[in-house]
Amino acid sequence: MELIEAIILAVLAASTPLLLAATGELVTERSGVLNLGVEGMMIVGAACGFGGAWLTGSIFIGALFGIVAGVLMSLVFALMALGLAVNQVATGLALTILGIGLSGLIGAGFVGERITPAVHLYIPGLTDMPLIGRVLFGEDAFVYFSIALIIGVWWFLYRTRAGLILRACGDNHVSAHALGYPVLRIRTFAVMFGGACAGLAGAYLPLAYTPFFIPGMTAGRGWIALALVVFSSWRPGRLVVGAYLFGAVTILQLHAQGWGVGIPSQFMSALPYLATVIVLVLLSRARTGGSTAPAALGTVFVPDR
Amino acid sequence: MRKSVLALAAGLLLAGSVSAASAADKLKVGFIYLGPIGDLGWTYQHDLGRQALVKELGDKIETTYLENVPEGPDAERAIEQLVRAGNKLIFTTSFGYMDPTLKVAKKYPNVHFEHATGYKRDKNMSTYSSKWYQGRYIQGLIAAKMSKSGVLGYIGSFPIPEVVSGINATILAAQTINPTIKVKIIWANTWFDPGKEADAAKALIDQGADVIMQHTDSPAPMQIASERGKLAFGQDSEMIKFGPKTQLTSILDTWGPYYIERVKAELAGTWKSEDTWGGLDSHMFAMAPYTNMPDDVKKIAEDAQAAITAGKLHPFKCPVIGQDGKEIECKGGANLADGQILGMNFYVKGIDDKLPGK
Repeated sequence: MELIEAIILAVLAASTPLLLAATGELVTERSGVLNLGVEGMMIVGAACGFGGAWLTGSIFIGALFGIVAGVLMSLVFALMALGLAVNQVATGLALTILGIGLSGLIGAGFVGERITPAVHLYIPGLTDMPLIGRVLFGEDAFVYFSIALIIGVWWFLYRTRAGLILRACGDNHVSAHALGYPVLRIRTFAVMFGGACAGLAGAYLPLAYTPFFIPGMTAGRGWIALALVVFSSWRPGRLVVGAYLFGAVTILQLHAQGWGVGIPSQFMSALPYLATVIVLVLLSRARTGGSTAPAALGTVFVPDR
Repeated sequence: MRKSVLALAAGLLLAGSVSAASAADKLKVGFIYLGPIGDLGWTYQHDLGRQALVKELGDKIETTYLENVPEGPDAERAIEQLVRAGNKLIFTTSFGYMDPTLKVAKKYPNVHFEHATGYKRDKNMSTYSSKWYQGRYIQGLIAAKMSKSGVLGYIGSFPIPEVVSGINATILAAQTINPTIKVKIIWANTWFDPGKEADAAKALIDQGADVIMQHTDSPAPMQIASERGKLAFGQDSEMIKFGPKTQLTSILDTWGPYYIERVKAELAGTWKSEDTWGGLDSHMFAMAPYTNMPDDVKKIAEDAQAAITAGKLHPFKCPVIGQDGKEIECKGGANLADGQILGMNFYVKGIDDKLPGK
């Protein structure tokens, strides 16, 4: 029983940065912008988040630093890809390379330092319940926030007028423009939201997951978040399934190795990717079929004035 | 037109190299690093070695390093860049640089190369590595003494001989203290991913391991063990900061003396292509202070260290029994031969797990 609880706790911790970063990218892509710089924004968020927490001693301020850093990085992207209409794929890749370098520079001063990680919720009675107590009532704030955020994004995209306009920009920017909506401004906000989420996701790593900063500590999680968005066919609900499934298989394969089930570890390490792709592809085939990508995704829009 | 441009470019290149040569009465020594120098592990220790070199011979040499150089074809470009910048002795500090280093070495016979942990050599290319399994043996003794559950947790990077021989040395040592000791092995299939290493440590602890050993590069497992009140060993560098009450010891790569020795040889004109595989006796690595253990355990560790250093104790003393219960052919007289250790691809008896790929 205790082992099951421990596994679920580890799964939630492993999934949260993916869910956070993917939530932001989903909104960005729904507005028609493909920002491949998630990994770069995350790692800068990690460096600044850790720096903020280390300087002030506050995890909350660290998280804010991470968010602001992510937004600033995304503004670099917005300036290039939206303002100057540069190719989005190239800009996004450049942003990742920039982020990895920049984070090393920012983080150089506090490599090897450690902080007290984010506290976990504790409600007497509730948190002590067996099996579900710590899972439901004993997480850190990031985990609860990430779940609230994806619910908020779902509500925004499908239940508000602003969400409808944002999706319109992603599906047909010419029409949205013709209707008088400021396509580039909306997309800039979407890109900034993506940056904020990626920055927070990056900050989660040194603030809650492994409370120290080392260059390159995101280790490709930004790319996984990007893939999750595609395989979720740009739907918040499926994104949650994908992120937690990926986290679950990641943790379970480690446990399976510890139990010594005798399957080659190389295959086990590939399993999270395989399982997530298969399940999400099946999900999207079963319901709608075909591609559900925002029609204008990744295309440059230059309004005629 | 094109020709003249080329000629001009060639002229510039030539001018560049000439000016570099004339300015460099100092010997130029280059380093290629796999990670950032702030990785607190592998690359960090190589850079400490470089710093020791500068401290010792700074008035005679000039060092340059390139960090974050990916293994593979890109490395070739980076190594050549160091050659063109006038470096006469170049250290390439990761296994994956083996073929790129060899390629560049063949192209520039007048430049000397030193490749860490590989096995391909040439007239102008040496290799150097450490017998880390000696340190792992000492850790195995400590682990068996300190474990209350009798279950050790081992986080491996990739199932390559260096890591496998470390696991075997650990368990062989542990068995001398506790014959029924168990080891749970998780392969992270990465050298560096703090999150994944932390998850692996959590999984091992959740499955009952109370001493965590790692052959991956980040301090995350140490930090998780610390959080959970367990014990752990560091890797490559001093990690006690991440577990003041957790770290038992750590194998510290100390490349400085080797770098100084090789550069001195280069300066004296006596550099030769060699294969160096040094252990505790040659100071290629050291053990961090033995901490968080009672004095009797400390004594066992120190005695073993002294015996290994003096050559009286060999971790792979024959007979070594394989997982199938059969004795491993003893090619090195009283011990397994170096070649058998360098190519180790089997688990010893007592490990209830299958070596991936076997």
